[in-house]
Amino acid sequence: MRNKFGERVIETAIRFSGFAIIAFVILIFLFLLKDSLSLFRVYSFKRFILEQKWLPISEPPTFGIVPLITGSLLVTVGAIVICVPVGVATALYIAEIAPGYLKTILKSLIEVLASIPSVVLGFIGIIWLGPFVKNTFHLSTGMCGLTSVFLLAFMALPTIISISEDALVGVPRMYKEAAYGLGATHWQTLWRIVLPAASSGIMAAVMLGIGRVIGETMVVMMVTGNAPIMPKSILQPLRTLTATIAGEMGETVSGSDHYYALFAVGLILFIITFVLNFTAEVFLRKGRR
Amino acid sequence: MVEQNAIIKTINLNCFYDNLQVLRDINIEVYRNEILGIIGPANSGKTTFLRALNRLNSLNINYRQKGVIVFEGQNTQDIPDSLIRRKIGIIFAMPQVLPVSIYENIAYGPKVHGIRDKHRVEQLVEESLKKAFVWDELKDRLKTPATKLSGGQQQRLCIARTLAIEPDVILYDEPCSGLDPISTAKVEDTMSLLAQSYTQILVTNNTKQASRVSHRCAFFLMGELVEVDQTRKMYTHPSDPRTDDYITGKFG
Amino acid sequence: MNRAKLRQNIAFTVLGLITLLVVVPILLVLYYVIRHGWNAITWEFLTAAPRNGMKEGGIYPAIVGTVLLITGTMAFSLPLGILSAIYLVEYARDTLFTRLIKLSVVNLSGIPSIVYGLFGFTLFVVFMRMGASILAGSLTLAIMSLPVIITATKEALEAVPMVYREISLSLGATRWQTVRSCVLPYAIPGILTGTVLSLSRAAGETAPILFTVAAFYLPRLPRSMFDQVMALPYHLYVISTQVPNVPEKFSFGTGLVLIALVCLMNLVSIILRAHFRKKKQW
Repeated sequence: MRNKFGERVIETAIRFSGFAIIAFVILIFLFLLKDSLSLFRVYSFKRFILEQKWLPISEPPTFGIVPLITGSLLVTVGAIVICVPVGVATALYIAEIAPGYLKTILKSLIEVLASIPSVVLGFIGIIWLGPFVKNTFHLSTGMCGLTSVFLLAFMALPTIISISEDALVGVPRMYKEAAYGLGATHWQTLWRIVLPAASSGIMAAVMLGIGRVIGETMVVMMVTGNAPIMPKSILQPLRTLTATIAGEMGETVSGSDHYYALFAVGLILFIITFVLNFTAEVFLRKGRR
Repeated sequence: MVEQNAIIKTINLNCFYDNLQVLRDINIEVYRNEILGIIGPANSGKTTFLRALNRLNSLNINYRQKGVIVFEGQNTQDIPDSLIRRKIGIIFAMPQVLPVSIYENIAYGPKVHGIRDKHRVEQLVEESLKKAFVWDELKDRLKTPATKLSGGQQQRLCIARTLAIEPDVILYDEPCSGLDPISTAKVEDTMSLLAQSYTQILVTNNTKQASRVSHRCAFFLMGELVEVDQTRKMYTHPSDPRTDDYITGKFG
Repeated sequence: MNRAKLRQNIAFTVLGLITLLVVVPILLVLYYVIRHGWNAITWEFLTAAPRNGMKEGGIYPAIVGTVLLITGTMAFSLPLGILSAIYLVEYARDTLFTRLIKLSVVNLSGIPSIVYGLFGFTLFVVFMRMGASILAGSLTLAIMSLPVIITATKEALEAVPMVYREISLSLGATRWQTVRSCVLPYAIPGILTGTVLSLSRAAGETAPILFTVAAFYLPRLPRSMFDQVMALPYHLYVISTQVPNVPEKFSFGTGLVLIALVCLMNLVSIILRAHFRKKKQW
């Protein structure tokens, strides 16, 4: 009888846990929404979305998210342009070309990269990559979009490589054997058969990579220069959505418009990443079928 | 045999996977302490019927069922899954052992049914192995992993494991399909000896096996029960021509 | 045919070079941090509190803080993550509720760490009045770690052969008895691997702890769960950007300790995986 009772308890706990997972997402959304709405009551959503200036401590303040979104977009596009081709190429090499022992070494190295804390990479950016970028491009400061682009591309590699590799390995053997049977070389098979067959998985990798980059905080806060102005080029200091929250939260007064504005920025980030991840999931499902 | 002797009875049993109907209006009685053979070609619904009896089908989320299954005069709908499965044990087609020792494999059933006394469990293990006629072969290696045994030994271990939960009915789902002739003979002998105290239902693709072992036999074809009769009669004077065709090997 | 072969050689060489382009920076970063950080690692550095505006002394409180945060994170995320994965694999049918849980896991895994920080701040620090504390920080990191733990546990559970469940259920065991005796024991290696991995990620995170627990400068050990603590990643951020004139080797040293801690945890998970794989019987 005691046994039955224990079982009832544990099964309730199991069901409750499933419920808790949904509850967390809803809670996160609601808490972000609640504080965002406090801003939109005094500052219109339209101005928030369209205003080209982010001047939170001016009098009166302006909370225009455009320069921040532009900053996030610039570094994200830059990083993705670099890391998608590089990542997919590496995944191809690991999945199809590298011999067994090398495969293991490469995969563990990628895992090591995935586990290097972003703050360490940010630090490397400050003392090494930043000055390098400054001297190479003859800039007034190395703390600019480009430096973070390199670091973000580097950081997104493990995501892109591992998911692309899964997709490549998941391509049915039959496809390859059929191509070989028709006299195609290994490379022709990879290029014409395997890569297209893995394309939904690779698209998912790209989506998740974008999510990873756009959500990264410490690296961009440390190396972009944090200028909340409309960036004209990637060689200038700029500011992203994430760095704005991280950098300004400590200085706001709880309950002020500025404080609520940061939650509104968080809400925007939440929505962007939700869409990205959802799309990635759709691609992954398609790839599995 | 008289009505009261039916231990299991199905009334208009219909089974579906999604929208595919695999069993149609099955009405059959299983008598106490008989061995009922179930024969029929592949995909005729034999295994589904068997697994409907101890509700293993419901593990498949696409499975649906209509109709009534009566066990010991009680609608099985009113009996909890764990109890019905304890009363109606099953032996799978391929010998399926857990990756633990021989002893632990057999002790698992009694333990989940709340027998904590170590001595009692040991006793049950020994009894079950003896009843399945593998005690002499295995008594000195109870601690070895069950996966190390031969296929035939594993299958008889599975029978012992089912006996250890003290069921009333034992279902066999093509129990010898993975075994060599000698192991098959041993399993068949075991079944015959168990017939004194258990009701057994044997699904088999092998018509000869059914004729050797079973007292009565049921012929399933494409989801329908064609006929059920004394085995000897069915194999000599079947009442349906399709049964004759199947038994004599014209199809199947 | 020869041209195709030549093209293949060129293509493979290019792919190899690109891979090299990925690998070399990883090794460079590691080499760079280890070489410069090594000089900073002394007994005092590891066991003393920072002094003189963090320009002297050590990082002991930050090490302790990070270890406490990992422990707290594990305490919350492990049971919740494993139980909800059990729900998904062993109990759930394909209902709207189940699909919502799966969607939530996907969504949680994508939320930026700074948004977790914001959420942890409003819910735990402000709304639930925990203040910036180990408790609030651990809870925030725990929610962030859930998706990885759930995904790893799910995969581990799904890898256990279906027949084990059938055997157990056919012997009259209940769902939970089946899960406990015939599924979980064989899934534990996978669960452990995934868990340790997710915790090592949590250990290196800065953004979620910025407003929920991390102390700028607190040269003593915490007294309770409601105290703030220093943490390694935040400490590295602070001394490399917020405080002028901290010797560079301190930053390198902190980075090295952080990487070593994370790699140590990964190593543990790799060893666990290898150990269990050797013992695998099915």
